[in-house]
Amino acid sequence: MKVSLFITCLGDALYPRVGEAMARLLARNGVVLDFPRVQTCCGQPAFNSGYWKEARTTARTILEAFEDSDFVISPSGSCTGMIHHYPKLFENEPVWLEKAENLQRKSYEFTQFLVQVMGITDVGASFPFKVTYHPSCHGSRLLGVREEPLELMRNVKGLELVPLPFAEDCCGFGGTFAVKMADISGAMVTEKTDHVLESEAEVLVGLDMACLMNIAGNLRYRGGAVRVIHLAELLEEGVSRHDR
Amino acid sequence: MIDRGTTASTVKERAQLALNDDFLRKAVKFTTERLRNGKEAAAEQHGNWEEWRERGKQIRLHTIAYLDYYLNLFADNARANGVHVHFAETADEAVKITLAIAEHRGARSVVKSKSMVTEELHLNRALESIGVEAVETDLGEYIIQLAGETPSHIIIPAIHKNRYQIADLLSAEAGEILPPDTAILAGFVRRKLREKFLEADIGMTGCNFAIAETGSMVLFENEGNARMVTTVPKTQITLMGMERIIPSWADLEVMATLLPRSATGQKMTVYMSGITGPKRKHDADGPEEMHIIIVDNGRSLQLGDPEFQELLNCIRCGACLNACPVYRHIGGHAYGGTYSGPIGAVLTPALNGNVAEWDDIANASSLCGACYEACPVKIPLHEMLVYLRRRKVEAGRGSKAESLGMKGFAAVMGGARRYRTALKLAQLGQKLVVRDGGIRMKVGPLKGWSSYRVTPALADRSFRQRWDTLEQEIRSGLSEIDPTVQKRMEQKRQERGQEQGGHGHA
Repeated sequence: MKVSLFITCLGDALYPRVGEAMARLLARNGVVLDFPRVQTCCGQPAFNSGYWKEARTTARTILEAFEDSDFVISPSGSCTGMIHHYPKLFENEPVWLEKAENLQRKSYEFTQFLVQVMGITDVGASFPFKVTYHPSCHGSRLLGVREEPLELMRNVKGLELVPLPFAEDCCGFGGTFAVKMADISGAMVTEKTDHVLESEAEVLVGLDMACLMNIAGNLRYRGGAVRVIHLAELLEEGVSRHDR
Repeated sequence: MIDRGTTASTVKERAQLALNDDFLRKAVKFTTERLRNGKEAAAEQHGNWEEWRERGKQIRLHTIAYLDYYLNLFADNARANGVHVHFAETADEAVKITLAIAEHRGARSVVKSKSMVTEELHLNRALESIGVEAVETDLGEYIIQLAGETPSHIIIPAIHKNRYQIADLLSAEAGEILPPDTAILAGFVRRKLREKFLEADIGMTGCNFAIAETGSMVLFENEGNARMVTTVPKTQITLMGMERIIPSWADLEVMATLLPRSATGQKMTVYMSGITGPKRKHDADGPEEMHIIIVDNGRSLQLGDPEFQELLNCIRCGACLNACPVYRHIGGHAYGGTYSGPIGAVLTPALNGNVAEWDDIANASSLCGACYEACPVKIPLHEMLVYLRRRKVEAGRGSKAESLGMKGFAAVMGGARRYRTALKLAQLGQKLVVRDGGIRMKVGPLKGWSSYRVTPALADRSFRQRWDTLEQEIRSGLSEIDPTVQKRMEQKRQERGQEQGGHGHA
């Protein structure tokens, strides 16, 4: 069975450590990831800004990359969510529309794949830290990934999950929104990091590096000393910690 | 019409004013939080919220799909009840009809219950222009009227004011200092409005729902003022958007379940009045003459538009405003139109035929989807916002810089080889700007972004550059797959063959 990694452009260029963690964690469970190199970006920045022609150009690289995959997994609920928009994006191009519908059916966000497809809820990790969780909007609201990460974290030994006030509020990233409406976005991310600091967590985890980049960037700007990582990193680190 | 007592002409400029107004931000946060929590608790208590949401959506979809039929049915039945029914295609027409009625009745004063459609028509100003005093009788609306402002929220018009600011406004009206005590302030308004009700020639209302099967109109309110407005004056004028229709009283049950819970977290509205025609012989009170003005004003533009027709499903509960993290920080006036928040960001351009003047309003969203999640009739506002942006670009009204940027984006991301080259160049180039693993430069289009964040540097080696080594590493240490996991995965793949669409997509 071919389980392919949709690394996402951010995951490729800025956060390769997340893809590495995913690959290692899956290998521990007997799955070797496949990595098609023709993939680039899902096209979401162009799609959300209204530039659908440009979005289609980049989306085609994704559709081609995963044509013969059985499962396509990504470290981002938002980028996987974008794949769910492909049928609309290609509604007037029958050949690509079919590819889009196929890809949508086999695409999963990372924890969705672990829990729903593989049926794994305990990876055998220990992580003795105070952790708080930001449920990114697209993953939780549009893909419906809510319980999976919580279940995985509940089974990590030593992990103390502390509530994040107003957890479900958007961090203010929103792609080009953070550039175009910088001050509104700034107010939103500042409120988010207020809440992260208020939670007194040592570690903030999430399922989307774009949101985490935004939050971590603001924390660093403010001098907040909270470690910000993807849940895949936490789990992989937790397993290697457990093994030692 | 952008006139909110400021000279700011863009959403961004107006948002800036709001962001600098600590009173406003505190007041808006306080009340939206209260309403949002109330709504969540009410939905939870209800028990079958998702099913009822779906019912609500289906009722609205059906009604709007057959709007012509239900409108005619409503008008015929209302006329049979003795109501004068008028159709107004534009705001101007609606205003003219209203003024003609007021002049015909020789009216000197009008008392109004809360109505967003009359805000849309700027009806108070029009009435004043012919010498008719229009008095808002909803407490929030009354406050806003005294302040010379417009509502900043669909159901809580004065949400952006705190009780100290309200006490100042009411004190000026009272000619004495009133303490910032809610009960005392409300008591003053009650006494003041009592006089206005008694002397008014016309009572004017909006309409929450119009029931086609009996030609009745239904009002939801909490203060009892709408009941005064519809029983004391001799003439009643009701203004309603043409989409306010529902087929039957049975459908009202669903709406009466969804609307108050979504709006304020109330199980029931305090007063729900169903009005079927003017006063009959044996009625103790009610207007002798009743008019219903059905307003189009851009609504019919959405009919037949697959991307926007669902906008007409809106029942004006304001839940999307209370859930919206952008509204939370900038309040309603920043949106610049009569309707604010996510619904306003879509409705205002849509009612105005997507003119360039309203292009920027769709940018005031991070597309987080909280609006859709909160909506009792499941309007996909977050998707509509993207469609609006696309239509602007397709109409050639995108910004030059952004358009160039997107062309560049597509050129780089359109093929893995170009992407790889660009990435390598960027890895080299960033050495000039990266300090301590981060970028802090506040220049160019990233100035705003960098005013709040340190941007992480690109990884020294990208994932694709690391893959070969990583693949060797994982292949050498690969564990055996658990047979039950293997079987499960096979099964999931098989099941997918029959599945329609993706999993979990809301």
